[in-house]
Amino acid sequence: MSHFALPCLSLRFYPIWQRHFLVWKKLAAPSIMGHLADPLIYMLGLGYGLGSLLPEMGGMSYIAFLAAGTVCYSTMNSASFEALYSGFARMHEQRTWDAILNTPVTLDDVVMSEILWAATKSLMSGAAVLSVIWLMGLSHSLMSLWMLPLALMVGLVFASIGLIMTALAPSYDFFMYYFTLVITPMMLICGVFFPVTQLPEGIQIVASVLPLTHAVDLARPLMNGVVPPQAVMHIAVLVAYTLAGFYISLVLFRRRLSR
Amino acid sequence: MSVIIQAAKLQKSYAGVRVVDGLDLSINKGECFGLLGPNGAGKTTTLRMLLGLIAPDGGTAHLLDLPVPQAAREARIKVGVVPQMDNLDPDFTVAENLLVYGRYFGLKDSEIEARIPSLLEFASLTHKRDAKVPTLSGGMKRRLTLARALVNDPDVLFLDEPTTGLDPQARHLIWQRLRELTNQGKTLLLTTHFMDEAERLCHRIAVMDNGKLISEGSPRELIESNIEPQVVEVFGEHAAAWARAHAAAYAQRFEVSGETVFCYLQDARALVAHLHTQNGLRYLHRPSNLEDVFLKLTGREMRE
Repeated sequence: MSHFALPCLSLRFYPIWQRHFLVWKKLAAPSIMGHLADPLIYMLGLGYGLGSLLPEMGGMSYIAFLAAGTVCYSTMNSASFEALYSGFARMHEQRTWDAILNTPVTLDDVVMSEILWAATKSLMSGAAVLSVIWLMGLSHSLMSLWMLPLALMVGLVFASIGLIMTALAPSYDFFMYYFTLVITPMMLICGVFFPVTQLPEGIQIVASVLPLTHAVDLARPLMNGVVPPQAVMHIAVLVAYTLAGFYISLVLFRRRLSR
Repeated sequence: MSVIIQAAKLQKSYAGVRVVDGLDLSINKGECFGLLGPNGAGKTTTLRMLLGLIAPDGGTAHLLDLPVPQAAREARIKVGVVPQMDNLDPDFTVAENLLVYGRYFGLKDSEIEARIPSLLEFASLTHKRDAKVPTLSGGMKRRLTLARALVNDPDVLFLDEPTTGLDPQARHLIWQRLRELTNQGKTLLLTTHFMDEAERLCHRIAVMDNGKLISEGSPRELIESNIEPQVVEVFGEHAAAWARAHAAAYAQRFEVSGETVFCYLQDARALVAHLHTQNGLRYLHRPSNLEDVFLKLTGREMRE
C-alpha cells in the first residue's frame, strides 16, 4: 500500500457528500449571504464607482467586464475556503475523517468527496452571483448558462490545489500564507479587474500559467455569447490542475494520516 | 472455535522507534479480549493495524478471515469501532448521527431508520433522539458512539479506552452494555487503563509494553501465574523505615511507593499479627488483583 498508488475510487464517496450537504442545509442562510455579499459588494462598488470613470473595458461596460471576473473569483474563493478551513476542521478539529475511515470508506473516497463538495459550494456561489448578473441585465446570452459548469470546474481546480495546503497545515494560521501569497495575487493578476495585457510582460507570463487566468478567459466570452477562443486549451489546463492537485493532496494525506 | 482477529509477527516503527515489535495475537469468536499496557505501549497502533487503517512494516494481520490492510474495506463492513476520542458530528442530532454513519456502510436510509429506535434504546438515548450532540453529557456521547458503532450490526467491535473520562455511573452502564454484546455472541477487542474494567469484562487479557506482548491469559490465570495471592498495603510516615527493617521477614516480595509499602505474600497471617503491634502504621489486607500484576509487569515508574 504505497502512498504513491493511483487513486482508487468508489461510489462510497457519495454518503460523505450527503453528510456535508446536510450540515450545509442547517447553516444555509448565512452561507448564501456569504456567497453573495462579498462578490456583489466588489462588483457593484467597483463596477459603478470605478466604471463611471471608464468609458469601456475590453469592448464592454466596466461592470459587464467585471461580472465575468467576479463569478470566477467568487467560485475560486468558495472552493478554497471550503477545502482549507472546513476541510481542516473535518480532518483535524472534529475528527470527522477518522470516524468515516473506520467504515468501509477509504481515504481516497474521503478526499474525493471533499473535492466534490467544495466544487458544489463553488457551483452554488457561481449560481448565486450569476443570478444577480442576469437580474441586472448584465448578460443577455443563453451561452452564459455555460458559466455553471465552469463554476463547477473552477471549484474542482481550487478544491484540489487547496487540499494540498490542508494536507500540509499544522494549524489554521498556516492558511494565511496561501491566501495572501497565492489567492490574492491571482485575483489581481489573472484578469478579474482589468485585462492581463495591462501588466508588465514578466507578470503576464506568470499569469498565463495560473488557473484563474484560464477560467476568466473562458468566462468573459461566454457572458457575451461568444465561443471562447482556445477553449479546449483552457479546459485542458484546468483539468490538469485538478488532476495534479487531487493526486498530490491524496499522497500527502496518505502520508499524514498513516502516522 | 474460529479465530476472528489474528496478528502474526506484526511490526510497526515510527521515526526509527519500534512501536509494535513482533506482536502475535489470536482472538476467538465471541471473546471479549482486553489489550492492556501503559501509555505508549503500542495499543492504539495495534488496533489501527488490525483495522487495516495503517500498513504494518512487517508481519501479517487478518480480520474476519480477510487479510488487512489489503481487504480492509470488505472486512470493515462487519466491524464497529468506538474510538478513543469522540468524533461525533456536532452539527447533527443524535438520530442524524446514526443515519449519516449508517450510510457509510452502504445501508439504505429505510434500513437505518428501522434500526435507530433499538439502537437508541440500547444506548438509553431514546429521549435524546432529537438533541444536538453538544448538549449531551460525556456519558451520553460515549453511549451514542457505541450505538453508532453498532449501526451496521457488526460481528466485531473495537473499543479504544471506551470508558476513559466517564464518571462511575456512566462506566457501569457502558460495562453492562458491553456484557450484553458479548452475550449476543459479538467479539470485542478493547483497550483500557482500568484494571477493574478488564477484570470484569474480559475473558482474556494481553499485557503489552514497549510494543511487545509480555503476558497473556484469563484475568485469573494472569494473577495466579504472575503474583502472590495476598497483598498487604502498609501506610504511614514510617512505612518505608518499617519496610527496610521488617518487610523481608514476612513478605516474599515488597515494593515501596511513596508512603505506601506493598507486601506480596502467600499467607498474610503472620504479617497482620505483627502489624497489630506497630503503632502509627495502618494497613489494608486484600487479595491480589490485576492492577498488581500490571504494575509488576510494567513497573511503577511514570510513562510520559
